[in-house]
Amino acid sequence: MEATIFGLPTTLFWTAFFVISTFGLYIGIAVWARASTTDDFYVAGHDIHPVFNGMATAADWMSAASFLSMAGLIAFMGYDGSVFLMGWTGGYVLLALLLAPYLRKFGKFTVPDFVGDRYYSQTARIVAVICALFISFTYIAGQMRGTGIAFSNFLGVQIEVGVIIGAIIVLFYAVLGGMKGVTYTQVAQYCVLIFAFTVPAIFLSLQITGTPIPQLGFIGNTADGTPLLLSLDRTLTDLGFTSYLQGEKAMIDMAAITLALMVGTAGLPHVIIRFFTVPKASDARKSAGWALIFIAILYTTAPAVAVFARSNFIDTVNESTYSVDVARGEATAAEQGEGATPQWFYNWERTGLLGFTDKNGDGQIQYRADAETNEVTTLDRDIFVLANPEIGNLPGWVIGLVVAGGLAAALSTAAGLLMVISSAVSHDLCRKVLFKNMTDTQELLVARFAAVGAVLVAIYAGINPPGFVAAVVAFAFGLGAASFFPVIFLGIFWKRMNKEGAIAGMAVGLSVTAAYIVHFKIGFSSGVIGAVALIVAAVLMILHFGLRKDSDTRALFFGSLGLGVVFLLGVFGVLPDIAQGTEAQWFLGVSPEGFGAVGMMIAFAVSIATALVTKAPPQEVQDLVEEIRIPSGKAHVGHVPAE
Amino acid sequence: MANSDYAGSDAETVTGDHDITESAFKAYWKENLTLMGVLLAIWFSVSFGAGILFRDFLDQWSIGGAPLGFWFAQQGAIYVFVILIFVYSAMMHRIERKYDVDDDEG
Repeated sequence: MEATIFGLPTTLFWTAFFVISTFGLYIGIAVWARASTTDDFYVAGHDIHPVFNGMATAADWMSAASFLSMAGLIAFMGYDGSVFLMGWTGGYVLLALLLAPYLRKFGKFTVPDFVGDRYYSQTARIVAVICALFISFTYIAGQMRGTGIAFSNFLGVQIEVGVIIGAIIVLFYAVLGGMKGVTYTQVAQYCVLIFAFTVPAIFLSLQITGTPIPQLGFIGNTADGTPLLLSLDRTLTDLGFTSYLQGEKAMIDMAAITLALMVGTAGLPHVIIRFFTVPKASDARKSAGWALIFIAILYTTAPAVAVFARSNFIDTVNESTYSVDVARGEATAAEQGEGATPQWFYNWERTGLLGFTDKNGDGQIQYRADAETNEVTTLDRDIFVLANPEIGNLPGWVIGLVVAGGLAAALSTAAGLLMVISSAVSHDLCRKVLFKNMTDTQELLVARFAAVGAVLVAIYAGINPPGFVAAVVAFAFGLGAASFFPVIFLGIFWKRMNKEGAIAGMAVGLSVTAAYIVHFKIGFSSGVIGAVALIVAAVLMILHFGLRKDSDTRALFFGSLGLGVVFLLGVFGVLPDIAQGTEAQWFLGVSPEGFGAVGMMIAFAVSIATALVTKAPPQEVQDLVEEIRIPSGKAHVGHVPAE
Repeated sequence: MANSDYAGSDAETVTGDHDITESAFKAYWKENLTLMGVLLAIWFSVSFGAGILFRDFLDQWSIGGAPLGFWFAQQGAIYVFVILIFVYSAMMHRIERKYDVDDDEG
């Protein structure tokens, strides 16, 4: 019979204990780190120590997907899963070398700020705002959904209630503390999540390979002396699965996905703005190094967890004897003797993340690749992280810790995204485009209201996830790679780069990449065409209102109205459905996830070609570029001939 | 030191607002780009090179119980990435002090 504490089952008690106490901690930090100026609110007063910023960046970066799903994903994909490991870490090298120190020296609040000033253009600024908003909303919907699922699995509340509780907590410290509050809560969240991820991994490593360090266990031997990886590979191929060490993806697709994820990481606004919070340019470099160390702790442990969990799953579950009595809760697995299915299998079967169908009626579980004979009919990839504490026979409180860790990962990422959305609306859109004579106090107020508005949208999207959430990785990284990265990189490293090149590059890179992803991930049905028309119509309308004082924008206005009609036609299903693309039609064999790499190259080509045939940027912009290349605020390039 | 004619080559002097000559700026920027080029070449070869393009070739060796190419793709590349950033940070600091464009306070 299950042990209880204060009348609650042990696991539930500890889960509630950790979730409530960590949430209390986050709120406490928020009250302590209130923001009173726009500087505090957007960039934490440029005053965060590089190591703390590194931790905050790591928490910001590692989402619910990194924490809960990545190890499981790798466990199923084997070598193919390497794209996530290299892709989601390699981008920090690009950030540290190519972007972060220069953007920090530039010294403004947001990514659209840089784009707008460097390209002396409101159009470029508005396009950048829209990219930032689109990427962030796609991403935040996934985080909210993850929060809701964690709540519903462990605390027995409905997904909707879980989404709302998570959103209220994030809202509280984001609205109160702005970037300052978010930063310090992210530091705490990093500690919670890394502890929750590594503790079960250490125990699993000890159990399976005899070494406490998972990274060594990964290359270690099993009890009988054979290397763990080779033995897993052999077991899997015997059961009919693809080889763990070989993978199925084509080499060009592996390279494309890795590149898209790396460049996309460097182009994601919520990652970039973290580097605005450190005191100076050299700190931005150091901070990127620290961030990558903190990320690497999880990212080098995850492939080890993947191997441990999949090996352990096959060893203990495959060919084990399933007991209906245990499933009904009338007996425990321990009473069933040798070769019985372990207790955790039954526990997770109840949540619906695992499922067993005895197809051949022999009372044993057969885990096979072949769908005809495989009896593990449901196997959620998140199980490999969630069930680890039980697989490792760890005490009940570790499970509670893992749940708190998953929530910390989801909330910290959601908060970082919220800051991008709020600053994009208040600073870039309102202050810089629509109402230029706002005061700081008004801007701060708008920023807080924008955060509230964004949370309401995120709650809605978390409860009714739109279809594109499934394509979140492809979208966010593809668009980051094809829009922000080229435009920022050229802005720093090529003085001749001008506004025409930037606008053309962003527009073409974005539309080609978005169209490719939609065509192969969702398909242009009538409704989707309508939705796309609505987004473009909104963009044109914002451009019209932002630019009408300086130029004739009637074409934008009427274009927007025209697209509004297309939207209505699409929603009512009048437009033709274009069939979704198939794998055989992929461009050069590149998947939608990897297309950001192609989009980036197209954006670079279009930007450079356009810039070369249009006139050079004004002298003061070229001087600005020289200025940001020098870390010191006191040294200036003297424009007198040397010697 | 070869560049001793550039302003502020004496690393201990920290000056206030000052101009650096265009040629010093160009030399500084060139050193930065060279360093970047070298480090990005390493970045490329440990990930795309060792982990993807040449992994089959590298798999003839192993590190512990893992084939070498596979290990680079799932572990080694990440360790090298971390080292690259800290090396860049340290070497850039030296270059910046040499041309007196660093952002140290004091």
